[in-house]
Amino acid sequence: MNATPAVAALDAVVAGRMRRRRRRALITGSLALAALLVFAVTLMVGNTFYPLDEVVRVILGQPVPGASFTVGELRLPRASLGLLAGFAFGIAGSTFQTLLRNPLASPDIIGISTGASAAAVVGIVVLGLGETAVSFLALAAALATAAAIYLLALRRGFAGARLILIGIGVAAMLQSVVNYVLSKAAAWDLQTAMQWLTGSLNGATWERVAPLAIATAVLVPLLLIEGRSLGALRLGDDTAAALGVRVRWTRVALILGAVALLAFATAATGPIAFAAFMAGPIAARLVGAGGSPLLAAGLVGALLVLVADLIGQFALGTRYPVGVITGVIGAPYLVLLLIRSNRSGGTP
Amino acid sequence: MTSRSSLLPPDAASLRRPAVARLAWLMAGLGMLALLVIASIAFGARDVSLGDIVAALSGDVSTVSTAAVVARLPRTVLAIVVGAGLALSGAGLQAVTRNPLADPGIFGVSAGASLAVVSSIAFLGLANPYAYIALGILGAAAAAVFVYTVGSLGRGGATPLTLALAGAATTAACISLVSAILLPRVDILETFRFWQVGGVGGATWDRIGIVAPFLVAGALLCAVTARGMNSLALGDDVATGLGERVFRTRLVATAGAVVLAGAATAIAGPIGFVGLVVPHLCRLLVGTDHRWLLPFSAIVGAGLLVAADVLGRVVARPEEIEVGIVTAVIGAPVFIWIVRRQKVRAL
Repeated sequence: MNATPAVAALDAVVAGRMRRRRRRALITGSLALAALLVFAVTLMVGNTFYPLDEVVRVILGQPVPGASFTVGELRLPRASLGLLAGFAFGIAGSTFQTLLRNPLASPDIIGISTGASAAAVVGIVVLGLGETAVSFLALAAALATAAAIYLLALRRGFAGARLILIGIGVAAMLQSVVNYVLSKAAAWDLQTAMQWLTGSLNGATWERVAPLAIATAVLVPLLLIEGRSLGALRLGDDTAAALGVRVRWTRVALILGAVALLAFATAATGPIAFAAFMAGPIAARLVGAGGSPLLAAGLVGALLVLVADLIGQFALGTRYPVGVITGVIGAPYLVLLLIRSNRSGGTP
Repeated sequence: MTSRSSLLPPDAASLRRPAVARLAWLMAGLGMLALLVIASIAFGARDVSLGDIVAALSGDVSTVSTAAVVARLPRTVLAIVVGAGLALSGAGLQAVTRNPLADPGIFGVSAGASLAVVSSIAFLGLANPYAYIALGILGAAAAAVFVYTVGSLGRGGATPLTLALAGAATTAACISLVSAILLPRVDILETFRFWQVGGVGGATWDRIGIVAPFLVAGALLCAVTARGMNSLALGDDVATGLGERVFRTRLVATAGAVVLAGAATAIAGPIGFVGLVVPHLCRLLVGTDHRWLLPFSAIVGAGLLVAADVLGRVVARPEEIEVGIVTAVIGAPVFIWIVRRQKVRAL
């Protein structure tokens, strides 16, 4: 007699899970499609408009007069850089936010991005290194910054709020290093400065894209596979361990992977303001709770950067680097998030 | 709770330091400042002797060395007034918000001043330096009010974390807007990028003269509320019970702090962490009585900025490191130390 309601409830739960899973797949698919669409538009639009078929022929390697250079040499590296960097920032940011259970714990707020960009600025302006060497220098600095912030926050146990505040302090110190190097650069050019202050896709070349592309290809699968345990980790370490998650290994792998991805992206584009911070909460809102938000966050990040770059390039009178646009969008969003989390009474 | 406990020392004995000890610290601070001023005049791309300094001060500018002294004087004076102003502003903000992390830089006040100054140059074409500083103060005030409102909305009120985050968000927003305004205007950008670093290198007597009245006014506003700040530290209810007009005290003290921060930022660019570090250091030395704390903070703040300026000139000779960078490198570790001292719950 009791079986019927229990079975009905079970059916409802199963149906709900199926519905949510379908919804997630649908939304993730739409995000991927939208990112692809904006990527194509970025390739087509510019001083000269090239229709889609010519763009596709260029990508396939066929010679097209005019378009071969403009699309193949100028727009394709830029669009690829935007896509990859946005994807990397989104996934890395979301990993941090989910692990630390706090949307404000994104690497661009707690100073890890600033560490990477300080190292990159020193590498480029002071030491005159090449793209690959700069990427690895940024990687080392980002890892060191992350380790320093974590160790400084570790006192009588670990507290997310303390980590964020210490991160803000570290970020301020590293930002002054960036400012100093830029103010002393002998041949001060606006483009370089803006790249390291707010992030920019200007001057994208294949040499710059290559390290990031390789890093993305290696690290994103790792993060996505390990990221499936994020849902369990969110329930607390003990519960996660009981559910069969290798807690320590998963956490170390996720943090190292996210920091490395972030460092390569930062070395290529500079710290695109708030890209890492915004993507996670937006993606989580779109795909809902349960399961890993990482893939959706990466796609949202890519969309954000590509759309912001389109706006910065063509929608306004002057050409703005992408970081200025994401900064103007992101800062009010941060304030909104603060107000909302204060209202609900919890720690933000 | 924690914000209060860091303002009030654990035992009442340390609140009441003997007047002799406080006076001794005050004298020591003044002596230190005097030594730093001499160092600031003596060191630089060309070192000068004490004899040259005396000769220059008595009006002799015939030699290169004495001319160097005359050129370094305004810079030193600017470092003194800006450092004193920022430290006073920080002490005032910490008392008013009862928040140990209060600082004009962290609260986004400096960024607000930057945005106002840049917009006024770009859109209004203001050339009048008084208008320039007045707008800097307005921007600083707007940012302070905004950050405090955002940080204190909701049940928890203004905690150090929410205030610091609201400040960081406001700073980021202002910096983005400033870049957006500046990018198409290369001519302004060139001036601005040096201002943005925060420095006292471009000091002239004219510029000091313009900013001095604002700094004096701000300092007076803070000074008249010193006794009120002591009551505020006990909490609003107790302060009201003691006969303090809490709202008025808070308003006057905040106005003073904002005028100081805005004027200092307008003249020297954003210089972080002076307002944060100095009051904490001074509280350890002379206790929490604001009638002592405020003047002592001003002296130590002036000394810190002069020291940072000298350090920036000596470390990278013949280059110079701007004070804003030196104070960030010195101040951020102190900020981290303060954060580590706090109990987790209140953060």
